[in-house]
Formats: sequence, C-alpha cells, structure tokens
Amino acid sequence: MKIRDPAMFIFAAALIAAVGFVQSWNVALSILNMCLVSAIVALGVNLQWGYAGLFNFGIVGFVAIGGVATVLVSAPPVQDAWQVGGGRLAVAAAIGLATLALASAAFLKIRPGRKRMLSVAAILAVGLFAYRSFFDPAVEAIESIEPARFGYLGGFGLPVLLAWPLGALLAAGAAYLIGKVALGLRTDYLAIATLSIAEIIIAIVKNEEWLTRGVKNVIGLPRPVPYEIDLQNSEKFVSAAQSVGIDAVSASSLFVKLAYSGLFAAVLAILYCMSQLAINAPWGRMMRAIRDNEVAAAAIGKDVSGRHLQVFVVGSAICGLAGAMMTTLEGQLTPGQYNPLRFTFLAWVMVIVGGAGSNRGAILGGILVWFFWIEVEHIGAIIADNLTFWLGDESPLRQHVMDSVAYMRLPTMGLILLLMLRFYPRGLIPEK
Amino acid sequence: MDFLHALIVFCNFVAVPALAYGSQLALGALGVTIVFGILRFSNFAHGDTMAFGTMVAILATWWLQSQGIGIHPLPTALLALPIAIAATAALLLATDRLVYRFFRSKRSPPVIFVAASIGVMMLFHGLVRLIIGPWNQRFSDGERFIVSAREFKTATGLNEGLAIKTSQAITAVVAVAIVAVLFWFLNRTKTGKSMRAYSDNPDLALLSGIKPERVVAICWVLTAALATVAGVLYGLDKSFKPFTYFQLLLPIFAAAIVGGLGNPVGAIAGGFLVAFSEISVTYAFKKVLGYVLPEYLAPDGLAQLLSTDYKLAVSFTILVITLLIRPTGLLGAPRQ
Amino acid sequence: MKVISGRQMTGGYGGGDIISRCEIEAGDNQIVVIVGPNGAGKSTAMKALFGMLKLREGTVRFREEDITDLEPQDRVALGMAFVPQTRNVFETLSIEENLEMGAFLRKEGVKAAIDKVYDLFPALLEKRLQRASALSGGQRQQLAIARALMTNPRLLMLDEPTAGTSPVVMNDIFRHIRKIASSGIAIVLVEQNARLALEIADMGYVLVEGKNRYSGTGADLLANADVRKSFLGG
Repeated sequence: MKIRDPAMFIFAAALIAAVGFVQSWNVALSILNMCLVSAIVALGVNLQWGYAGLFNFGIVGFVAIGGVATVLVSAPPVQDAWQVGGGRLAVAAAIGLATLALASAAFLKIRPGRKRMLSVAAILAVGLFAYRSFFDPAVEAIESIEPARFGYLGGFGLPVLLAWPLGALLAAGAAYLIGKVALGLRTDYLAIATLSIAEIIIAIVKNEEWLTRGVKNVIGLPRPVPYEIDLQNSEKFVSAAQSVGIDAVSASSLFVKLAYSGLFAAVLAILYCMSQLAINAPWGRMMRAIRDNEVAAAAIGKDVSGRHLQVFVVGSAICGLAGAMMTTLEGQLTPGQYNPLRFTFLAWVMVIVGGAGSNRGAILGGILVWFFWIEVEHIGAIIADNLTFWLGDESPLRQHVMDSVAYMRLPTMGLILLLMLRFYPRGLIPEK
Repeated sequence: MDFLHALIVFCNFVAVPALAYGSQLALGALGVTIVFGILRFSNFAHGDTMAFGTMVAILATWWLQSQGIGIHPLPTALLALPIAIAATAALLLATDRLVYRFFRSKRSPPVIFVAASIGVMMLFHGLVRLIIGPWNQRFSDGERFIVSAREFKTATGLNEGLAIKTSQAITAVVAVAIVAVLFWFLNRTKTGKSMRAYSDNPDLALLSGIKPERVVAICWVLTAALATVAGVLYGLDKSFKPFTYFQLLLPIFAAAIVGGLGNPVGAIAGGFLVAFSEISVTYAFKKVLGYVLPEYLAPDGLAQLLSTDYKLAVSFTILVITLLIRPTGLLGAPRQ
Repeated sequence: MKVISGRQMTGGYGGGDIISRCEIEAGDNQIVVIVGPNGAGKSTAMKALFGMLKLREGTVRFREEDITDLEPQDRVALGMAFVPQTRNVFETLSIEENLEMGAFLRKEGVKAAIDKVYDLFPALLEKRLQRASALSGGQRQQLAIARALMTNPRLLMLDEPTAGTSPVVMNDIFRHIRKIASSGIAIVLVEQNARLALEIADMGYVLVEGKNRYSGTGADLLANADVRKSFLGG
C-alpha cells in the first residue's frame, strides 16, 4: 500500500469532520452513516464490475428489495388484513406457481410448432384469469383495512436486524432469477436488461400497496438502537452527557447516530475483509482471468457463466443488504425515493472514482462521492451566492441561479464521472 | 353494428394512440440505432438528448409566443423545431469533441463508451433540470383536436366516437416526412451512402477515402435532429418531464434492439411493435369485449392484462425475448 | 520512374520487428509479387508500403515523393489503392454503391469510371443492384478489386487475392491482374501460390523472416534452383 491511499482516507475523514465543525456534528454523522452504506453498495458493484466485468444497472432494484425486506421482517403484522386477504392470496400464489409449472412443462413436452405455442398461451391465459380472480379481491380487501394507517399485510414483527440478512437473501434470489435470464448477454444489453428490470421492481414496490403501502410509505419501523426519548429519560445517560458537557437532547441524538455508525462500520469491515479474502484467493484470480479474457478462460475449462451468475448474485445480495440498512437507518420505507439516477448511476460513479477492481477504492469512492452528493448543494449555494450577490436580491437571474443550485448534483456527478474516465481511468486507488 | 362499435373503440383507445406513440418511439430508436451503427455503442444519453432538444423547443416556443408569432391552428413548437435541432446538434458535437473523440482516438472498448454516455446522460439530465426545472411542462397550443369524439358521433350517427388529436396527426405526418428524408439521405446521397459504408466496414471506408470524423459529425447531427423531433412530438402528444424522457430510454432501446441495432428499418418496425404491445397490454378491453361478445360472456372486470404502472414490463419482456431468441433482432443486424 | 519504393523498411506492431531492412520496389506497369513462407512478413511488408504499419526505420516513396509519415487515407488520395485479404467489400451495400464508395474522393467522371470497371468485370454489371453479400467468392474478389480501382490508383496493392479460391477463380483473378497492369497501373501482390504468381510477375521478392532473401524477375526466380527447392516445392 502506498502512502497515498491512507492519506486519501484521512482526507475523506477530514471532510466529514469539517462538516462537523462548520455545520453540525449531527449533520456530519448523518452524512457519515450514509457514506458507510454507500461504501457497502460500492463494494457490491465493484465485485460485479471491477472483478467480473458485469454491467449491472439494476442496483436501485436490489436496494429497494432490501428496503421491502425491512418492512416484511420488522413491521407489526396487520392481523385483520391477513384475515380478509391472506387465504385468497395464498390460493392466488398457488395458482400462479401451478400455471407457470404447467406452462413450462407444456413448453418442454410438446414439440415446437403452432400446437406448442397455442397450448402454452392457453395455459397462461386460463391461469392468469384464475389467478386474478383470487388475487384482485384479496388485494382490494387488504387495502381497505384502515387505509390511512395500514391497508397492507404488515410484516412479521421480528427484530429489525434480521432484515439485513433477509434483504441480502431476497436480493440474491431476485438476482439469481435475473441472472439466469439476462447474463450471457453482451455487456450493454445486460445493462439495458438490468436497468429495465430495476424499473419493474421499483414499479412493484410503488404500486403493490398490499405489500408495501406503495407511495403512502411505511413509517415507524422499529430500530436496532435506542430511541432518543428513552435516552433522555434515562438518568444514567443524562448524567453521563452532563459529565462530557453536552445537553441531553443533542447527546441522545448524537448517541443514536453513533450507534448506527458503529453497526454500519462493523458490517462494512466484515464485508471488506471477506472481499479481500475472496479476491486474493484462487477464486478471485479466476474471476479476473475471466474478466480479462473470457474466451481464453472458457477454453481452459473455466465455467464462465457459472462464475458470472455467482458474482452477480453475491454483488446484488450486498446491494440488498445495503438497502435494508438504509431503510433501517431511516426508520421508514419511502418507495418514491428509489430513483435509478440516485442509486444505480451514483453507485457507478463511486466505483469508477474509487478505482474499478479495488475494494479500498470502492470504499473510498463510496464515501467521497456520497459526501459530495450531499454537500454539492451547500458548496454550490455558497459559490452561487458569491457569484451573484452584486445582482441584488431582487434580480430574477440571481433568484433563478440560487433556485437551480438544488439541481447541481447530477451534472456535477456526470462531470466527475467523465473527468475520471478521461484523466484517471483506473480510479483514485487503482487495482494492483 | 356492434362489431363496428368495437372497432371504433379499439381504434380510439389503442390503434390511434399506438400509431402516434409508435412513431415517436421509432424516431427515438432511429437515433439510438444510428449512433450504434456508426459509433458501435449503446448511447444511454439518448433519452436525455431528447429532453434537451424538447427543452430548447419549449423555451423557443415561449419566446415565439411572447412575440406573438404562431402558426395557428398548428402548435408553435413546430416553428421552434429548427432552433431546437440546431442547439441540440451543437451540444452533441461539442460533447463528441470533448468526450467521445478522446476515447475513439484511444480505441477504447465499447464499455468505456457506454460508461461515458452514462456521464453524459447525468450531465444532460442535470442541465435540463437546471434550466427548465424537473416539473411537468405542457407546451402544446393550437387546435387540440382534428376530429373530436363528439363531432365523429354526430357525423356518423354512431354511439362511439373516434377522436384524433392534432398532436397525433402531426406526429404521423412529421414522422413519415422525417423517415422519408432520412432514407432518401442514406440510400440516395453520396454522404448517406458513405455513412452506411462506414457503419458496414470502417476499415474499408478509410481505404476508400471516407473521412471518419466527418461521418461521426454527421451522425451526431442526424441524432440531434431525430432526438429533438421525437422528443417534441412526444411532448406535444403528452407532456414534457425530464424524468419521463429518461425513462423513455427503455422502450426506445427495446424498439431498436428488437429491430436489430444498427438497422434503421428495424428500428421503425420495433417502435411500432413496442408501442402496440405496450398500449394493448395495458388497455382495459372491457368496452371492446362488451360489444363483440354475447352478453353472458361479457367480462365483469376491466379485462386489462396489466396495469399501466407496469407498462415498462412490456418493453422489458420484448427486449428479453428478443435477446434470448434472436439477439441480432427480428430484421437482423447488418453485421455479426 | 519507380511508382513505389520502400527502402530499409523496419518495424512491427508494438512487439519486436516483423520486417527488417526490407526493400520493395515497383515501376510503371509492373506486376511485383512478394512471396515467402508463412510468417515471413509478406503482408506486413505490403502494409508498411501502405502506411498501416508505423516504420521504425526506413522510407517509403511514391512517385519520388517521400510519404513515410502519411496516413493510409492520404495515400489513397495520392493514388495508392489497397485490397485487404478479408472483409474487402461493403456487404450491406449494393455492387454499384460499393463502386461509388470506391470513387468517394473523385469529383467527376464517376459514371465513366464505373462503366470502365463493368467492362473489365461484366459479371458485376449483371448484379449491380444486388447486395455484395449475395456474390460468390470469385465475384466478391472481383468487386474488391473493382472498388479499389475506382479510387483511380497509379498503384494497386492486393493482399493474397486468391486465398481460399478455386483454381478456376484463381486463374481468372490473375488474368484480370494482368489486364489491369497492361492498362498502366502498377501492381504489388502478396501471394501464397508463389509459382502461379511468379509466372505473371515482372519482379519478384522472396521474403524470409522479414528480410529480402532473393529478388529478381519472375522468370529468374522460377529458374533459380534454390528458390525452386525451398519455396516452390521443387
């Protein structure tokens, strides 16, 4: 490791500390927590792109799956909803699975031709009709249960930390299905296929209210860390805060954020160690061999598509885990926020800034890019203010410029991506 | 009579909208396919190029309106088209100069171009939001309908109406004109033929004295024109919103790929295929079926296969089926 | 006057030198044939003449003018034409469009030039509106040569034009090459079929490991016992 690498991490830490001194430590810790989550997403993307050369443009979809997992695990179950709709939903699911099984059996059994096409189509049509006749009324019934508060099935009321592995697992499952279909496509086709699959996943999360409450959001998810109000009521905490010289209210909020930071840092550390081990093991060397020359690797008997599927599943699982962590941090599921520009493409910028193929690079990229993603607005506002103050507050141009600062993030990130590709194509911490 | 009614309902809600939407997708897909044919990469910035062109057209429309210039009953935006195309062409040429040309000179692999086009996409998307904001804009003025449902009913004495919006008619006319000019250019002019030659075999094109940088420049100008026209037509027909235009990328790619990337005829066919599939899968056929089926068979529900929330799933399905069964597209790519 | 003369040409693609101190020359109306065993650098030597290989040392002159640093496309404008061994026609374009593209740099006289090429290759005239991908192997080579002729060259270079063709087609191609040479165009040809090629050659070069081993008129080389034994199979 060169001296440059740790220096850059110290620089990143200094940036966050600077926010602590200039703005507030509350803001600094919020940024830090999201930086850690971003670093985890970047690790997952780096696994796929950096080590295997796979274009996954569906990151936002896996992040959203992680978010849904958090609701499924930790939200309290809505008993009434289960009662009115649970049975019919189960029947609908059974019909759906049976239809698919029957259709694929027909597809395999009957010889290609018009007869096969017609019978598969007929099975699917009848199956869809039967499925909808159970599914639609079930959904209607569930969504009519106290729509203002519930209107969905709820979760299992389990400890929220369980959602993290489950989020990873669900994302892995989805990635397996997607990978089975879409891997093996040429790079840019895979990108387009995963981009659209993510849009479909987002559409499901936004619209299937019986499952996620859709854009009505699920709020008040339980936390893995104490609540501020409980801390403020605890004499022990209050006296401890006073002894450090901070008032109890801000101390409680800092404590909660620090607790999240600790959890996230632990997860990041574990994932980093695992990625490093994997990459330095024969497995990692094989992945790089496949990335650098697929044809040659296949020629010497490497199972290219199998390895690709594996790394696609693992990388997506990490994104799912990060999604679950993010929803846990926010304490609510807000499907409206899942935007490919913010998640998928930002994660790409992180990996390219950090250095594709380098785990440390991915972490650094995740931290730096998230930091600037948040702070560009502040920095931009200061710059815009200084550039236009002479126009006077009444000037429409000044007003427009000041309003536009809110939209500075995307072009800045695009610019950073282009500059990196051109001048530092190997990233800040290049692969060895 | 019932059958006629069913047909009119079908035309009104499926066929006519799909023809308009299909033309818009076809123009978009032509842009994607031309960039792929010449530069050999999938341009993820195309949706936002459309957004940029449309934005300029909207700004120009506002200015023209403020000057009292218009072509009533046609929308003012048509008058603004040349300005918008010129601005978009300038933007794309500058982008090529500053971004893509460097990677061409280094003979970078296609993935680098795709990654660069992502950067360009974010830049354009941000630029558009910066200038005009992320909100919905309606900029269609002029007559709304050529034939309204009510006029149709009184004229024919039928129970169902067939409405044709001005924007739909304009879309059809402009799309046909643009495609005709494009094909005339590609098949009849020396420059157009040299572009096809370059797309077919760049090395041999070089040996024939065809200048690659010139071909690339013309390619971007064509792309700017196609993207701007597609974007303005879509915006006139529906409305303009930057994020919607970004999302249009998916049906447009589906159309270009299903027709065979690099194949202009395929892009047009693909555009209509995607549009018809999307609209008919998400349309509630209750009324149509109510007319054609005997009463006891008439559906209780909406007879809608898929909610419109999932219309992207249609493009996706078409895309994946094409890629799995025939990756070169239905009409076959010219190469490989 | 020499149409083309490559002197002391030395260079390769990044790695080591593939050709070293290689010399090739062709005069007006001459057919020059480069032969040699596989991997001798025959095609590389010709590409060096055409500027598709950056020379480390040596010079290339075209009609006395030093063109060592010129890009291939600029050499086309000067009057050099090149027919690659593979992918040498625009498959998705019609025959006539292929010819038009060959004449891309010509300002006038395109129609007459096309007619002249059809006179030389009547088979192409019959199929002028069909796609090039519809042509047979032999006709494809004809079209490739015809496209190159459309650039109005003083020098035509062909990279193994008979590779993978039947003996009938091979003879046909050599017949056309002679016809083209007799119309005043110098020809440089890389060939596997050394014996047939040397029979029509005014000048022949035998390359081995990127160096000139023998050179002389076609007849001389055919008569040379060493050349016969080593390269012509006795």
